[in-house]
Amino acid sequence: MKLGFTPEQEAFRSECSAWLRDQMHGAFADIRGETSLTAQAERRMEWERALGAARWSVIGWPERYGGRDADLASQVIFAEEYARCGAPGRLGHLGTELAGPTILHFGTDAQRERFLPRIAAGEEFWCQGYSEPNAGSDLSNVRTKARLEHGPQGAQWVIEGQKIWTSLAQFAQWIFIVCRTEEGTRGPAGISYLLVPMHQPGVTVRPIRQITGESEFNEVFFEGARTPAEYCVGKPGEGWKVAMGTLAFERGVSTLAQQMTFRNEFDALVAAARDNGASRDPLIRQRLAEAWIGLRIMRYSALRMLSSGTEGALGPEALTYKIYWATWRRKLGELAMDIAGPAGELVQQAPYDLSPLPRLFLYSRADTIYAGTNQIQRNIIAERALGLPKEPRGDR
Amino acid sequence: MQFAFTAEQEMIRDAAREFVAGHGTSARLRAVMETQAGYDTDAWHELGRELGWVGLMLPEEAGGSGSGMVELAILQEEMGRRLLATPFLATAGMTVPIILECAGAAQTSRLLTGLAAGEMIAAAALTGDSGLPGEAAIAVDFTPSGRGGGRLNGHASFVVHGHVADVLLVAANTVQPEGGISVLVVPRSASGVHVTRLTTMDLTRPYARVEFHDVELSAEALLGSMGKADAPLANGLRIAEIALAAEQLGGAAGVLEMTTEYVRQRVQFGRPIGSFQAVKHRLADMLVMVEAARSAVYYAACTVDEYRAGAADAKALAEAAALVKSYCSDAFFNCASNAIQLHGGIGFTWDHDAQLYFKRARASATLLGSSTYHRRRIAELIGLDAETIGGER
Repeated sequence: MKLGFTPEQEAFRSECSAWLRDQMHGAFADIRGETSLTAQAERRMEWERALGAARWSVIGWPERYGGRDADLASQVIFAEEYARCGAPGRLGHLGTELAGPTILHFGTDAQRERFLPRIAAGEEFWCQGYSEPNAGSDLSNVRTKARLEHGPQGAQWVIEGQKIWTSLAQFAQWIFIVCRTEEGTRGPAGISYLLVPMHQPGVTVRPIRQITGESEFNEVFFEGARTPAEYCVGKPGEGWKVAMGTLAFERGVSTLAQQMTFRNEFDALVAAARDNGASRDPLIRQRLAEAWIGLRIMRYSALRMLSSGTEGALGPEALTYKIYWATWRRKLGELAMDIAGPAGELVQQAPYDLSPLPRLFLYSRADTIYAGTNQIQRNIIAERALGLPKEPRGDR
Repeated sequence: MQFAFTAEQEMIRDAAREFVAGHGTSARLRAVMETQAGYDTDAWHELGRELGWVGLMLPEEAGGSGSGMVELAILQEEMGRRLLATPFLATAGMTVPIILECAGAAQTSRLLTGLAAGEMIAAAALTGDSGLPGEAAIAVDFTPSGRGGGRLNGHASFVVHGHVADVLLVAANTVQPEGGISVLVVPRSASGVHVTRLTTMDLTRPYARVEFHDVELSAEALLGSMGKADAPLANGLRIAEIALAAEQLGGAAGVLEMTTEYVRQRVQFGRPIGSFQAVKHRLADMLVMVEAARSAVYYAACTVDEYRAGAADAKALAEAAALVKSYCSDAFFNCASNAIQLHGGIGFTWDHDAQLYFKRARASATLLGSSTYHRRRIAELIGLDAETIGGER
């Protein structure tokens, strides 16, 4: 067990840091520090393509798919430098962090060749079709259906149903969905994992306005939408395993980038507290110190997850990670408002342009809900890490 | 960068777990609590003399095995898991790191030969009757005489395992115009040293109060330079805080394990109570704390090793120590209080071990500075302006 990086790794740090700084002070200075996930979307897509062209988009992937075969330490370094230079949140992250790794691990060679290079290049963007109106926490209750049809274009899946809370669907060319492909099945059995093109007549996207006033989430409707039979990841009917694998990738190197964002938010709180004198209040100081501790612990936990080398199988450090960061950030949002004081009650500009601290306060309410609510996380931790008995279901 | 145990570290953990499983039984602990010595002499002799664990972190020339802080943290964690009652924390976790920071190599080798061999118990006398951390609480004066020696007067309290210590490591204010802290090694048998055992709420770890009346010391008793031990003492204390935090992690993990087992067995309303979400969610929260504490403890331990190798500075060490002591104090206490609640009535009884974890958690949270104290230090370390009370906000 040791910390610290080798001289070669430090040289790599200088290399990627120099490139990133050039971009953020040159061609892409206009999107430096952009924290909203949806703002300046066109420029953010150009940034994704620039990352791809310079092979900085997915450095941990194999070279043949647009990566650099980078080892863990290099990925850690890149994630740190990326956030340090103020590069914006990745509009392509659902492809680079979820769809890509899933296809890499569970997909066929043909699927890899078709999809991975375009994700790496920033040419195709993705969204995630998991939740439905009646399948939120109880995800295996999905009702979106697909049946295989043999027509003039060969065998195709024909999809009917609805997804909800679909982030960034408005920018995506592709969606990965879980849907029922076997009549009469319930729960995890009979679910398939399909890759579906968004731009077709059978797919409709409708934005959802959120608590912050912005629309990052959407509803996605499938009415006779189609995708080729071979765009099923894993065997038909065995998609649940693949879907769970995707969730495990959410706890990968990207967590480090996310933490650097948190770090920037924490720094903004400290700056605000210094400005208005809140930093002299003993209780605010205690809470800032506590937030700082949490920030560091998240980093150490992420390094542990990455070092454990058990991709796919989650150790206790990985199972507890989501609830830890989500709860931390929600508390940070509350602290932000206590630091801001009365000024935090006003929007920056009508109709509803929030300044960063109130925005963090509102936005962070989603953290303990999406990707598994805190309550579901606790069930998972208790059942999978501690081996406690399941609560009996009401319907089976 | 590899933040996982090496094969050797896994072996140490397995050996420690096996050792603790043998010695750390409830019956044994309760028997030890009744004795005047207040520690498990068999376990102590075996881990010191046979297994060489007291000398783990000591350099090989001092008879130790030259291992690092990660290894020490592993031992502390495993011992904490079963509340093993030995002077290991006092000796290997607190006193040895301070000696290593304060003394030169030659002096260290001379002092530590007996310690490394597990022949001696050492205790650190760092605070007075207030028991608070920090130099202001030191209530011992060292008055220099000629030839580098001098006299000790005053008292120290909350000295962990002080009543059974062979040697006391004493932090003293130096009576000289420029003041400063001196750190001295004093045999408990020295003339003018009076030790009184205190009865603590946590019976698994006794404290002592020590009085010093004109204790004459030669120059050899002084660690490092006279009146200049402030910084090395502080750095040694940081390592001690991390050692204690590792033990707190073990305590939290141990009490979680005990409670998990109980809620699996205990049936009410026709179901194991561990199947009710009201119960399992509390246990999940405990595991979240335990895993966060584990990440923090091993990162802090790595920071100590980096610091000792010259790859991290004293500020990084101070941040790591304040972080981990603060977090682990709260984590262990929360886990232990949940354990009592989840055990129900039986958890409130003397005969159940939940109370032992609860009291150890409370005592450890206070020892070497509370979580509030350590967060206050963090606020300073991360550069918040000075605190004011009753401002305009």
